[in-house]
Amino acid sequence: MSVGDLIYTDTEEQLRASVRDLLADRAPWPAVLARTETAEPVDTDLWRRLAQLGGAGLAVPSTWGGVDASWREAAVVAEELGRAVAPLPFLGHAVATALLLELGDEDLLPAVAAGERTAAVVVRAATAAHENAASVDLRDGRLHGSVPAVLDATTADLLLVRAGDALYAVDAADARVTPAPSLDRTRPIADISFDGAPGTVVASGPAVDEALAKALQIGAVLLAAEQLGLAQRCLEIAVQYLQTRRQFGRLIGEFQALKHRAADVWVRNSGVRAAARYAADCAATDAADLPVAAALAQAAASPAAELAAQECLQLHGGIGFTWELPVHLYLKRAKSSAILLGTADRHRAAIGDLVGIPAVPTEGAAA
Amino acid sequence: MPGGGGVTDLSARVDALLAQCDPATTAPQEFLRARFDAGLARVDYPVGRGGLGLDPVLQETVDRALSAAGAPGNDPDNNVIGLGMAAPTLLAFGTPEQLDRWLRPLWTGEELWCQLFSEPGAGSDLAGLATSAVRDGDAPDADWVVNGQKVWTTLAHQARWALLVARTDPTVPKHRGLTYFVVDMQAPGIEIRPLRQITGETEFNEVFLTDVRVPDAYRIGAVGAGWAVTQGTLMNERVQYTSGPAPRGSGPIGCVVEAWRAHPEQRTAGLQTRLLELWVDAEVARLAAARLGQQIAAGQPGPEGSAAKLEYARLNQAISSLELDLLGDDGLRYADYTTRMPVMEPEETKEPGWRYLRSRANSIEGGTSEILRNIVAERVLGLPAEPRADKNTAWKDLPR
Repeated sequence: MSVGDLIYTDTEEQLRASVRDLLADRAPWPAVLARTETAEPVDTDLWRRLAQLGGAGLAVPSTWGGVDASWREAAVVAEELGRAVAPLPFLGHAVATALLLELGDEDLLPAVAAGERTAAVVVRAATAAHENAASVDLRDGRLHGSVPAVLDATTADLLLVRAGDALYAVDAADARVTPAPSLDRTRPIADISFDGAPGTVVASGPAVDEALAKALQIGAVLLAAEQLGLAQRCLEIAVQYLQTRRQFGRLIGEFQALKHRAADVWVRNSGVRAAARYAADCAATDAADLPVAAALAQAAASPAAELAAQECLQLHGGIGFTWELPVHLYLKRAKSSAILLGTADRHRAAIGDLVGIPAVPTEGAAA
Repeated sequence: MPGGGGVTDLSARVDALLAQCDPATTAPQEFLRARFDAGLARVDYPVGRGGLGLDPVLQETVDRALSAAGAPGNDPDNNVIGLGMAAPTLLAFGTPEQLDRWLRPLWTGEELWCQLFSEPGAGSDLAGLATSAVRDGDAPDADWVVNGQKVWTTLAHQARWALLVARTDPTVPKHRGLTYFVVDMQAPGIEIRPLRQITGETEFNEVFLTDVRVPDAYRIGAVGAGWAVTQGTLMNERVQYTSGPAPRGSGPIGCVVEAWRAHPEQRTAGLQTRLLELWVDAEVARLAAARLGQQIAAGQPGPEGSAAKLEYARLNQAISSLELDLLGDDGLRYADYTTRMPVMEPEETKEPGWRYLRSRANSIEGGTSEILRNIVAERVLGLPAEPRADKNTAWKDLPR
């Protein structure tokens, strides 16, 4: 199979520049850090601003209220959000948007694509695309049940949840959304319970499962882009420190032991960029290879982002461990991202199934 | 510029060459000479030097058309140093007389080349090399007399010519006292000893140079300017021409996946974890190579080439090691340790033990992984260079 376009277009670079400017202006890291210590860690004003620029519906056709770009452009935005550890519900909203787009929904999509309504899909945040998504019960036409640890649900006003063989849209006001204390304060999760909540059927039948899997794959693609942005920023921060910090009468960046570690992070990031771009291109072109590409991007990006954040901390020494530098924000985001939408290990297992690397024969299977 | 008309004109030239020399009836060497003279050897070489001064991407069209017509290739396996290193170095730094003498037989494979760079005491620190070249007398065009020992010389036993870097002034700091030459490998005083390596093969040679006379006309570049010429050669050594990425799952990872499928009895959960990790890394490396190719094609080459070699070495070593583990008892076998000349063939056709052993060189040859990491750290990331004790000291005063 051929490899699509892996380099950034001029349009994508322009989009990157405008998002980076916006974030530098509205979400410098001290502001992000300060916000994590308030009751409202998510910056809903900034989210509204990004949505006004088209950031909420990049992959949605204009007939449904989107901006007629693609998941490639959305991935570039995700990179920038990762660079800034931006406290926005972009990822959860994008998974919900992908789900509605896959199901060809015409009622909810325009408001969601425009960012007038922020949406979230009610599944456990660690669910990988190939795994069964959570569902709740339907009794007397009302929804009952609970799902813990839902991504980007604290600020959503539209919840998409599976019950039986159908997908329902629920007004968040009709559900109980309990923000859970999270490792990454810039990206809160919430426990959600429905206690007889009314819902509207969005779609039913096998299409729901297929669309859910696809939406989670697209989520994995965007998350990989975000992890790339984070890893790249961590390396920049580390390099800057290596160029200024002196010990033993020398800049510590002169020491080969340290510069080799920085070089290794750069090598890993170069690989992740190729894998993430490939996955974004597969999502944009609806390529048959998307399941492999998405799992590959996650399997590569999760450990790379963790490595970059961890090395950034270690190369700073003691000061890197403190609340006073942004390093901890990146480490927390990197670790939680490595669990979100499936760990690297789960994605590797999925790849094993997809490309024919069969698992260990189980005991007695031969008999 | 002749041939500047692009692909149409190029096709016409190919047709004209084939009309003039029918590959079916023309001796291969004869055909390759005619091809060189027609400017179709390498279309990006200068006009009159085997090329037409065109974009190198057009070469593929020419190669495909000529190969379809049954034209002979120029044996790139044995000619790798000539085409990859000697030709670009001569084109960049050689005089017209030198190009007239060496370029055509180099390209046709009539004369093979080798490279006398590394020494037992100068590997990563190449500029510290000790082989000396001393002028025989005061005349400005007097011969040079070369003495010293080189090592890791691929093809020395077959090469007619060698690229040589030698020290012509020991009284200045090491980078400034070097001069670059071409040496006739048939000259008296050259002794070639095959060096047996870890696989049993003799892929490399030691070359001893005792009072070897080199005419001044064989000097490439100015006296004392050898390091700049060497840098040019090394840059070409590290350039990888990618004509599109290999298919997913090809190469070493394909061998080990094959072994996994063929040996269900050897599978364990731990081995599967290692295999899947390496599959992911190999696929990422493949996509990174594809991306680099696209960047180059778009005229925006990135520094990712250094990452490619580092990853290639790491992966090749890890994958070939896993492959032996997967083979169990069969991983203990190694068919042939006899001293022998290596046969140039794809790695996939070699035995797994050979792949394991040969891959140990991947992180050493063509620049060690440590040196490549320094390059990434200093030139890409902008980290400060390590302090050097030898930068301003005359070479002769350096501790050895």
